[in-house]
Amino acid sequence: MISLIVNGERHKVDADPDMPLLWVLRDHLGLDGTKYGCGEGVCGACTILVDGEAMRSCTLPVGELAGRAITTIQGLDSAIGKALFAAWAEVDVPQCGYCQPGQILSAAALLRHTPKPSDTDIDTAMDGNLCRCGTYARIRAAIHLAAGRLATGPLGGGK
Amino acid sequence: MNKHFAPSGLSRRSFLVLSAGTGIGLTLAAGDISAAEPGSFTANAFVAIGTDGKVTVTVKHLEMGQGVATGLPVLVAEELEVDPAAIRVKFAPADAKLYNNLFWGPSQGTGGSTATANSWEQLRKAGAAAREMLIEAAARRLKVDRATLTARNGEIVHGPSGRRLSYGALVADAAKLAPPADPPLKAVADFRLIGTSGIRRGDSKTKNDGTALYGGDIRLPGMVTAVVARPPVFGATLKTLDRTAALRVAGVVAVVPISSGVAVVGDDFWAAQQGRAALKLDWTLPAERPSSETIRADFAHLLDQPGMIARHDGDGAAALSQGVKRLSAVYEVPYLAHAPMEPLSCVVRLSKARCEIWAGSQLQTLDQALAAKAAGLKPEQVEINTLYAGGSFGRRANPTSDYIVEGVEVAKAVGAPVRLIWTREDDIAGGYYRPLFVHGFDAALDAAGAPLAWHHRIVGQSILAGGPFAAMIKDGIDVTSVEGAANLPYAIHHLQVELHSPKLPVPVLWWRSVGSSHTAFATECFLDELAQAGGKDPLELRRALLAGHPRHLGVLELAVAKAGWGNPLPAGTGRGLAVHECFNSVVAQVAEVTIGPKGEIKVDRVVCAVDCGVAVTPDVIRAQMEGGIAFGLSAALLGEITLKDGAAVQSNFHDYRCLRMSEMPRVEVHIVPSTAAPTGVGEPGVPPIAPAVCNAIFAVTGKRIRRLPIGNTVPS
Ligand code: FES
Ligand code: FES
Repeated sequence: MISLIVNGERHKVDADPDMPLLWVLRDHLGLDGTKYGCGEGVCGACTILVDGEAMRSCTLPVGELAGRAITTIQGLDSAIGKALFAAWAEVDVPQCGYCQPGQILSAAALLRHTPKPSDTDIDTAMDGNLCRCGTYARIRAAIHLAAGRLATGPLGGGK
Repeated sequence: MNKHFAPSGLSRRSFLVLSAGTGIGLTLAAGDISAAEPGSFTANAFVAIGTDGKVTVTVKHLEMGQGVATGLPVLVAEELEVDPAAIRVKFAPADAKLYNNLFWGPSQGTGGSTATANSWEQLRKAGAAAREMLIEAAARRLKVDRATLTARNGEIVHGPSGRRLSYGALVADAAKLAPPADPPLKAVADFRLIGTSGIRRGDSKTKNDGTALYGGDIRLPGMVTAVVARPPVFGATLKTLDRTAALRVAGVVAVVPISSGVAVVGDDFWAAQQGRAALKLDWTLPAERPSSETIRADFAHLLDQPGMIARHDGDGAAALSQGVKRLSAVYEVPYLAHAPMEPLSCVVRLSKARCEIWAGSQLQTLDQALAAKAAGLKPEQVEINTLYAGGSFGRRANPTSDYIVEGVEVAKAVGAPVRLIWTREDDIAGGYYRPLFVHGFDAALDAAGAPLAWHHRIVGQSILAGGPFAAMIKDGIDVTSVEGAANLPYAIHHLQVELHSPKLPVPVLWWRSVGSSHTAFATECFLDELAQAGGKDPLELRRALLAGHPRHLGVLELAVAKAGWGNPLPAGTGRGLAVHECFNSVVAQVAEVTIGPKGEIKVDRVVCAVDCGVAVTPDVIRAQMEGGIAFGLSAALLGEITLKDGAAVQSNFHDYRCLRMSEMPRVEVHIVPSTAAPTGVGEPGVPPIAPAVCNAIFAVTGKRIRRLPIGNTVPS
């Protein structure tokens, strides 16, 4: 039994410790918002937050995650998360949508460290998240929009 | 709703309601059908209205990112006079009579950028018929002349008295009326929704928050998960199978040979995947195991031999000797995988007399027929529940319904509901590639430097041959191999296009924009070569040769004006131009490319102009152009499947590289105003980007790129 903290809830999971977190989330916990795209850490579809940092759940053995705070798209309810969801909808980012939960979680980690990212910051933080539908320009716009709102709006505690 | 047991938003009951009629579309007997859902009003196969006034639109096409679930309901809303944002969307069950693609005959499916175009009248009429029935019901209720009533924003309004009746209050009466045979449609000038910006995608929210359902997200009680070990080389067959080690893996429940390979079935994906790795398999390899290098060499030989004639104008190739200057070139493109973000998957539940399938099905009635065959059932016993697809780009529309049939075969073998998953490695190595093509050109210029004769020989595998779509081959010519080349729009007096369709044991398929994905690259680059050889500006030459093609000229002029063609650029930056028609839409693109000191290629900006008839939802069109440019640029710079001894060398995104955020240019999309019926949008944005970028690279470096992918640096 492995004890996991996912989206603030404690779960006991009976899984091979080598099993990637992605498949524990999807197949054992029913958290299907986390997507499979490559299984080798190069597409970002499976991105989750571990203690606030963006990680690829397809290459994280579940056995190494006991006690760490895991956030999936279904648990992203921080101020940053809310601002990102709002911006993503406003810019109409998704096409097929399959990459977007991973994109949003990578963006959440970016804004946590870099509240006002430049285009270069965005490139660096987001280059690990593929979008085959080519929504990159809208992702960029949505990140800037969310960052702007967080800096000035009530959610950001404003300056 | 607990999505683990019933996919939300896809109620089985409403499927049955909607498919219960035997008539076609609007001739459906509305009264009979609505009896199935007490109180609600099923106006026809596409429109239902509840007693609360809530409108449900049934979408017969697959939503794979191209925006049909947003755009198609707008067609209904325009005539029905409701807010499209309040419409509930349901995906249609497989039904060749009610939900066929009107451009394809009795077959339901999505492809060839036809979704909006074939639905243009059908859905407006569906909305108008419902509106007329509501007006009639109101006229009877209020005992007034119909002509004094108007539909507006979910209500019927009586002008003289100002009385209003909500749609919800009228549904019971409307349901008793016979639908009008030919309801009147608005004139283009009266549209309030069609053509307006600001209509948001209806599926944004659930796709962002992870609750949208794709094939792999369905969970059924007792469901197991399967992966399949397929032949390591195209055409190999299974010799021996030792399943002992696989069955010893914890969680593996079965190992079953199926027609495509050996399925390993587990309690979850990880067990199945570990089990597959433990299989001991021996394959009989075929004698013919082609490699890209040998294929290229063989195709190059064919360039020297006459092919089948796809077009012959004037004296054709015979006129080449009449010019004052001769030019020739060979262009090449590799095999490409579609690599949609969501690898293929489906869920199948099979019982004695019924087969239920959940998938991002792109050809619902073909999938239904082939699933029925695999299950030993009749097609009407197979229920297709179409979900969102995480991309497709053509991959899901394949002639064997490969992943669906695999799911059915495994479900049959194990006697439990099955979720079948392709890994990314399965996807990249699995074939159904965009074929490798080689294009040979010979051209002659006249004394004024204008093209006099154009001879184009195309070599590549036929997509259509030997499959269910072979009837589309005319006089030996696979139209999908020559589209964009045989209909070259330029006024060149002597013109000949030929085709060789060599057979190879490599499964090939349409890939977003199909033939135009390579013919646009070859023709638009070679035309640039002719411009340069004749001492002409590439824009001026196109203008001169497109005089009879107003739509081409329209997008060309719009794109160059917005791009500032001819304005000075910094050193190291250049512009390239391309214009191309596909799926009845015309797109021009101007690419601005900067070449770094070490030859690094940076595509800075792309200006795109599109003529797709009436722009139903301009925001969706812009998104499709942006996405098409990214998809085409990805292939132009990076995309390549290399075959070695009958198998793909690449295996996943680390070596089948795709465009990333830092490589994405700024894109500006401009739509040509039009009152013509809508044409394609999903694919036409793809073809011009490769030639526009290559022509820009030439403008900076003087180097012609004649082979894709280019790579991240200009090849020396
Ligand atoms: S699935 Fe984890 S990075 Fe691709
Ligand atoms: S929206 Fe389809 S892959 Fe990103």
